[in-house]
Amino acid sequence: MNDVKEARPLAGKRILVGKPGLDGHDIGAKIVALTLRDAGAEVIYTGLRRSPAQIAQVAVDEGVDAVGLSILSGSHKELVGDVISELRAHKAGDVKVFVGGTIPGEDHAALRELGVAAVFTADMPLDRVVSQLAAELA
Amino acid sequence: MNARDPNPPAELAEPVLGPVSRSGIPVPTAVDASAVKPENIGKPGEYPFTRGIFPDGYQGRLWTIRQYSGFGTAEESNERYKFLLQQGQTGLSVALDLPTQCGFDPTHPMARPEIGKVGVSLSNLSEAEILFKDLDLSKISTSFTINGTAAIIYAMYLAVADKQGVPRSKLTGTIQNDILKEYVARGTWIFPVRPSMRLIADSILYSNDVTPRFNPISIAGAHVRDAGATAAEEMAYTLANGLAYVEELKRRGGDVEKFAKRLSFFFYVHMDFFDEIAKFRAGRRLWARFMKERYGANDPKAQHFRFGVVCGGSSLVAPQPYNNVVRVAVETMAAVFGGAQSIFTCAFDEAFQIPTEFSAELAVRTQQMIAFESGIGRTVDPLGGSYFLEQHTDRMEEAILKVMNEIDAYGGVTPAIEDGWIQLRLAERGLERKLDTDSGKNVIVGQNHFRKEGEQIGVREIFKLDPTVAQRALEKFQRVLDTRSQSAVDASLAKLATAAAKDSENVMPYLVDCCHAYATVGEMVACLKKEWGEFKEPVNL
Repeated sequence: MNDVKEARPLAGKRILVGKPGLDGHDIGAKIVALTLRDAGAEVIYTGLRRSPAQIAQVAVDEGVDAVGLSILSGSHKELVGDVISELRAHKAGDVKVFVGGTIPGEDHAALRELGVAAVFTADMPLDRVVSQLAAELA
Repeated sequence: MNARDPNPPAELAEPVLGPVSRSGIPVPTAVDASAVKPENIGKPGEYPFTRGIFPDGYQGRLWTIRQYSGFGTAEESNERYKFLLQQGQTGLSVALDLPTQCGFDPTHPMARPEIGKVGVSLSNLSEAEILFKDLDLSKISTSFTINGTAAIIYAMYLAVADKQGVPRSKLTGTIQNDILKEYVARGTWIFPVRPSMRLIADSILYSNDVTPRFNPISIAGAHVRDAGATAAEEMAYTLANGLAYVEELKRRGGDVEKFAKRLSFFFYVHMDFFDEIAKFRAGRRLWARFMKERYGANDPKAQHFRFGVVCGGSSLVAPQPYNNVVRVAVETMAAVFGGAQSIFTCAFDEAFQIPTEFSAELAVRTQQMIAFESGIGRTVDPLGGSYFLEQHTDRMEEAILKVMNEIDAYGGVTPAIEDGWIQLRLAERGLERKLDTDSGKNVIVGQNHFRKEGEQIGVREIFKLDPTVAQRALEKFQRVLDTRSQSAVDASLAKLATAAAKDSENVMPYLVDCCHAYATVGEMVACLKKEWGEFKEPVNL
């Protein structure tokens, strides 16, 4: 990770980290937010209990390059789909959406079909999360 | 990469067994026997209870065997409870869905996607009546994992008992009811810190009188631990929170000799075996000392540190899921060596799904094997007097006190939470643990060491939540709204509002009346929010 800190591969990128819905487990979102900041990104963390519409609105207002959503309650398909539709309604469909949390392998393809750029699982090393994000946002 | 490749590129780094425990306590390869003072060890059942709160340990009473469960609708959860009781589970453990936990009715737009997902939807008394149908509440101990709306769910439980004709004095069980750790680690808060503390004190004082065999709080380190805290930090935050509740109970006129007897605790048990055992022994000793020396509680029962344990959610991992069966067995043994009063075993698939009947049964069987085959519960604190364990317990106690002193220096848990100070500390600890896991320093077999790349999760059975759950919950909810007496609901809510506005009043009897009138969780919460406001989450990173 020290390499990541020095290289700052996300320098100049603005990324929103959001917790849509009622799931209150925020440690994963916070860990990712701290990591993205260490990698040079400007991070906007929404805090808990935000509706998809609120998250999309913040993403548009802040002009972010990417939105990272963390969900552990099993409601990822509904909530992620709603965030993406809201972004499209704001003509911000080009903002890349990433998802992390407890997401069963069988749902990854469905999320990609909804328009998700990548799904990060809990056991994925943080430097891989950063490098994949950097590649997607390049 | 094919998982059957005979030479998969498993992690090449050699795992290292470090010279310090995961709580950062140095572990000598051999302990100098003279470092252990026999007078610090004491006897089981005697102050300060390092070796256990009872002289006869599990011979007198085995721990309660529970299994965290609840999903979908009350009907489905009721069936799962009956199945688990048939397998020899000895107490119920109710998981509530997020709308119920956060105080939203199923009709609320934020609730819709979450109905029945991580627990059962319990929006009003009629659902509780279904949940406990044909279960004798005078005989079954029920534990509810609920915090933000704990007082309401407790009131609902009393109302169900009333309906079933079970005397309230016979009820046994636990409501978690620990809001402080919700603010820092799990997020099902509703009201600001101070009114929440009042609500919790109200429920504890009421319970002491009305349900004297019930535990009205289970002060829980568990979520703090999963968020990144070490064993020592988990115990430190929990004891600090416990003392904050004691202060609030005293402020509301409680008698420590009485209320302290019903305070209970709850922890995760992770994989660092001796850290875990030492954590429980040190915690028991510290709590007894706080109660006696700081608060003057002389009745031993008011000094007792009674606790339940669940295997660490975040200690179980999705890669190679069957490895979790072994982890759960090791963790359960640590809980038994630590003297737990109640144990929930995780099912091996909990790292990625709601347990199936198969995995839930295996988790119950794990406890039964340890309880009835291994014989480790025959004697109290069988590792007591071990040079290493006793020294490690002393070191653990020092590590716990160090963190508690830091919280005191900040000004106590309430301002530390309001400022977001503890939340930030935990996020940083969580990041450290994740980086140690990524680098392989924290060895997790099958995940960061000895892992076969590209291996798919292979389990016998995948849990499928019935997709009609939300619709069925909504239909039942509407039926209740249509058939209840609206004037009775309005009257009960109006009385609740009056009680909430007056700090000297206890809101519990009014909540029970609201439940009897079939007021919904969302209505009761909205009524209290109007008086008390909502918690403003400090978002600092």
